[in-house]
Amino acid sequence: MTHPTDPLMRWDDVLAGFDPVLGLEVHVELGTQTKMFCGCRTEFGAAPNTQTCPTCLALPGALPVVNAVAVESAVRLGLALNCSIASWCRFARKNYFYPDMPKNYQVSQYDEPIAYGGWLDVEVPTPDGPRIHRIEIERAHMEEDTGKSSHVGGETGRIQGAEYSLVDYNRAGIPLIEVVTKPIEGIGALAPELARAFVGELRALVVALGISDAHMHQGSLRCDVNLSLRRTRVDELGTRSETKNVNSLRSVARAVRYEMQRQGALLEAGGRVVQETRHWHEDTGVTTSGRSKEQAEDYRYFPEPDLVPVAPDAAWVEELRSALPEMPADRRRRLQADWGVSDLEMTAVLNADALAVIEATIADGADPAAARKWWMGELARLANERDVELGQLGIFPADVARVIALVEAGTLTDTMARAVVDGVLAGEGSPDDVVTGRGLQVVGDDVSLLAAIDEAVAANPDVVEKIRAGKVTAAGVIVGAVMKATRGQADAARVRELLMAKLGV
Amino acid sequence: MPAITPEEVAHLAVLARLDLPAEHLARLRAELDIILESVATVSEVAADDIPPTSHPLPLTNVFRADVVQPSLTAEQALSAAPATESGRFRVPRILDDES
Repeated sequence: MTHPTDPLMRWDDVLAGFDPVLGLEVHVELGTQTKMFCGCRTEFGAAPNTQTCPTCLALPGALPVVNAVAVESAVRLGLALNCSIASWCRFARKNYFYPDMPKNYQVSQYDEPIAYGGWLDVEVPTPDGPRIHRIEIERAHMEEDTGKSSHVGGETGRIQGAEYSLVDYNRAGIPLIEVVTKPIEGIGALAPELARAFVGELRALVVALGISDAHMHQGSLRCDVNLSLRRTRVDELGTRSETKNVNSLRSVARAVRYEMQRQGALLEAGGRVVQETRHWHEDTGVTTSGRSKEQAEDYRYFPEPDLVPVAPDAAWVEELRSALPEMPADRRRRLQADWGVSDLEMTAVLNADALAVIEATIADGADPAAARKWWMGELARLANERDVELGQLGIFPADVARVIALVEAGTLTDTMARAVVDGVLAGEGSPDDVVTGRGLQVVGDDVSLLAAIDEAVAANPDVVEKIRAGKVTAAGVIVGAVMKATRGQADAARVRELLMAKLGV
Repeated sequence: MPAITPEEVAHLAVLARLDLPAEHLARLRAELDIILESVATVSEVAADDIPPTSHPLPLTNVFRADVVQPSLTAEQALSAAPATESGRFRVPRILDDES
């Protein structure tokens, strides 16, 4: 796919001439059973328009009723983000015409968000080691998701030039929480990594709270990047662009960097940044202009008359606060100490998104070092090869723990263990099923090993002479013969031991 | 001083996707003016101790348990649509050719 290419400024020149001002809006799609205002299912990937009803299709006379779990999730996320929780707030109608909203308005919150004024500490890598940066949270509010449109005609799947569009309303009305940061300033070159770190930390938080699966590739966590540049030493804010739906952590950093370079080149050439929505293109790594941003008042927000106010009881809020789970940053610190790994190793684990699977593997009885070795080595390689997340690879932490246990017990060699993992991934059942099914097992019985060694010794008298004469390396030939005779299932180290004992070397 | 200007009425018409001729806009402006003035009398009566409200009933926290209710079938959902394709609502082109 090609896009009109904007000139980009060299990264160093952007940093020399401009300060970025970054604002992030993250939409978290909640994992509730039902939608925000009706009892329709929220299952991802269902056949189109099979999860709709009069309320989410905006048929005349249908009335919304708020999902209690969605409100609870919003309060819990607000608390985890160190926000104040409103004692009283309302929903508002955001009016706009777009076919993905059948009502011609989206029910959202406007000037009365349920949570406001919080912060989240994130860790960014810098040349001088990790640095903690506090991101101020403006607000977190409740709203409903829109339907999903696909565009027909014109360039593949794009709205520009399409002849018409097709809409699936399964997603319309799924509860969302939108988290909005305050403008993040004075961060210069750290902007891309900081944006990425914030979204990553928020995702970890949402997962810890259990309020969303937070799969960015399925759109259950979506990020809009607001970015403007101002000239260094000039105290005037620039015009911002809003880049929508940046749907991976890596892309968040890339989109920030791209917009900084695009706006830098534009401003340097005497141009003007237009306040507009831009689309991020994952494939080409560029943003392109979308519709220019309507002004806030054009949405004609007004209090939603079909819903009564939400007034979280203070005692209930405190109850939810006291029941919050361990925060992701605390958990990382605890696990790092438990496992005894360096900052560098921990970063590698986090970047591979392997924290949860390693933790679960250890919980299933595996040694921390072995658990890390498997998930960060063989399994990470396989996940990468198949382009899936570790959690989606098709092998459970309990399986990995079992394989590790079999290796430690001497039942499997490393090579066999990898074959067992292959078997599990190929759908041959549990590790024990694969061991039985493929006949993989170290031949642990010394008697049968000795018999095989006797045969090999008898067949290679010249080699035996060399070994007795002190050429120990020649033992490899006998060991190899035994391994061959046992179809690779003997423990080579044990074979060597028995051989040496037999020959009295 | 009218409560609403011709420019505001024209802007609202654009936002509401109404293509109205000038004389219609002028008539609407006059009618809206009367409505706004009538409503404005409420604010004369409402003293500072009466908070603005968006709902006539003194209710808060009307919630629904997160329990799945039956949805419509796709056929039912699409039955009133002017056009459908592949189980989806078919809608006219969304963007004009400006981009």
